[in-house]
Amino acid sequence: MDNDLGTSPDEVQFRFRDDEPVDHAAVTVDCVLEQTNATAVRIEPGDDARLLLPFLDRLALVEVNFPAFGDGRGYSSARILREAGYTGELRAVGEVLIDQLSHMRRCGFDSFAPDKRLDEQDAARAFATWENVYQRAADARATIADKRHEA
Amino acid sequence: MYRYDSYDQAMVEARVAEFRDQARRRLEGKLTEDQFKPLRLMNGLYLQLHAYMLRVAIPYGTLSSRQMEMLADIAEKYDRGYGHFTTRQNIQFNWIRLEDAADILADLATVEMHAIQTSGNCIRNISSDHFAGAAADEVVDPRPYAELMRQWSSFHPEFSYLPRKFKIAVIASAKDRAAMRLHDIGVRIVKNDAGEVGAQFYVGGGMGRTPMIAPLIRDFVPIDQFITYAEAALRVYNRYGRRDNKYKARIKILVHELGAAEYSRQVEEEFAHLLRVGVEPPLAELERIKAHFAPPAFVDGPKTIDRSDPDFALWVDRNTHRHKHDAYVSAVISLKPPGGIPGDASAAQMRLVARLAREYSFDELRVMHTQNLLLPHVRIADLPAVWQALEAAGLGAANMDTIEDIIACPGLDYCSLANARSIPLAQRISERFAQTGRTEQVGELKLKISGCINACGHHHAGHIGILGVDKKGVENYQLSLGGSEGEDVSLAKITGPGFDEDGVIAAVEKVTEVYLAQRAQGERFLDTYRRIGMEPFKEALYG
Repeated sequence: MDNDLGTSPDEVQFRFRDDEPVDHAAVTVDCVLEQTNATAVRIEPGDDARLLLPFLDRLALVEVNFPAFGDGRGYSSARILREAGYTGELRAVGEVLIDQLSHMRRCGFDSFAPDKRLDEQDAARAFATWENVYQRAADARATIADKRHEA
Repeated sequence: MYRYDSYDQAMVEARVAEFRDQARRRLEGKLTEDQFKPLRLMNGLYLQLHAYMLRVAIPYGTLSSRQMEMLADIAEKYDRGYGHFTTRQNIQFNWIRLEDAADILADLATVEMHAIQTSGNCIRNISSDHFAGAAADEVVDPRPYAELMRQWSSFHPEFSYLPRKFKIAVIASAKDRAAMRLHDIGVRIVKNDAGEVGAQFYVGGGMGRTPMIAPLIRDFVPIDQFITYAEAALRVYNRYGRRDNKYKARIKILVHELGAAEYSRQVEEEFAHLLRVGVEPPLAELERIKAHFAPPAFVDGPKTIDRSDPDFALWVDRNTHRHKHDAYVSAVISLKPPGGIPGDASAAQMRLVARLAREYSFDELRVMHTQNLLLPHVRIADLPAVWQALEAAGLGAANMDTIEDIIACPGLDYCSLANARSIPLAQRISERFAQTGRTEQVGELKLKISGCINACGHHHAGHIGILGVDKKGVENYQLSLGGSEGEDVSLAKITGPGFDEDGVIAAVEKVTEVYLAQRAQGERFLDTYRRIGMEPFKEALYG
């Protein structure tokens, strides 16, 4: 097991949950499949998030790594986990930038540990970019279409 | 036509504010150019050879007079007095200053327009049949389905950083006037035997350096599962599309490498899952959108035309299309005057076209993927007045689907990717055929020119295609024959060694001579080529 893997609570810049953060290193997806006691895991872009579905009950932290912000596979990984009922912490790590925050939030991320700390004001504005949304996603917000047709 | 409600308007305004903020952070150095680039691209802003280019979205090619007038205003205020209509039914302004971009977006928002997702590795503006809502042969008007997709694909949280760009076309007739199977996703809205509306999905088509015709992935998706299926198709691509090589990153490569059956199986699995999750908008939303596309109040009128003026008669024959109401036609406004730049229109021409739409076509205009404009609903009785006004503005060329109706990319005159110029070649060919009078003799012949392998000029789909390449620092043009973007879709095959500029013009003439000598009664160029094959053409070119 690689003890250097994963981010510590100190590195988390934005967190939208009240529970105590997991305070130990994450393991790779392969490790989760092999051993039964890990509660924190880190998904790389090429990993299949669905491999984790049998273990969701015991996972308290899933980190999704964005080594490059232009690689959008992590957005699908996040939604897949939320769609499967995962309620633990879902942390975006790596090259997490201002202009990706609102989409990441919609895909179910509830904590953010960017490689480089972000400007707080810019980030606050980014999280609030969309007063309304067109699509259903992992955040369960009512969509514009839902609002247009609510009884 | 679709009109924004307060939600749509707020979304576009939020986007303008977001882009203004991004531009500010770029100027303050908080964003690197590498970080800013995908953001400006998702707002339609490219860096070309000489200046920034802004590509404005015209969803499914439909726009109102007021919107066309705004495009004219922008051309004058921020550009050099003209704009360029594109093969994806959008408009590009070629001489934009970065400092003006946010203001232009704000101006566009005042007329319910934007430049959202006209570039970048995201779902692009949805294109459609330019005769939608007017064509006699459509099953339904495809535009409500395209609008539903527009809303779903705008600012999609999961699909904004795809492996590569993603283009969708939606049609609703057997005839394909939108190159549907040359898109990443081509949708055909159909009715099944029970009369229920659904969607056929073709996935994995495209042009570019590896042209492919999209295979049918699903024959019928019930319309109340339409968006869910699209979401499944995109999710499989987002997860498994190649990201190691930009040139192999389009969905066509994924579908090709997996095979259509395996790709389809994976989509079905994801589709079944997403149906349980529930991502489909309420069906009432489609009904709401449909109401916006209710047919205008057509009135009966004369159905015959006074053909005593031969120029007018020729224009009617060439440039009008049968309408679902027999007292109307759709009238094509050619942006291909012989010797002109394909797809360019001046601000004055845009304003005239807007006026004609207001007076004669229920305030509605279309942009065609052939880089022409269209008045979709013109009373037959009004045709002489429309034609005279167009003639006076240099817009009366009677050459739709002829060899003068050339699709050409901007090429080396504007584009930083190009290897060769496209525009001057198009100008010379159309001028030559117009002068020799051979245009009429040859009839339907679709000539398409790309200035590089990326194929923005659709050369793979041309009855005659021309590809500009760079041969040791000299522009060289490869000729290909036999492509089609229609329901008889096919990819053109290269004739042999390329030509210089004069040489390729002579080659096009030779190829048309072979056709004229060999054609059977009623055959188009494409039909003759398909019957006799490449050899006789090769013989004439290289023998």
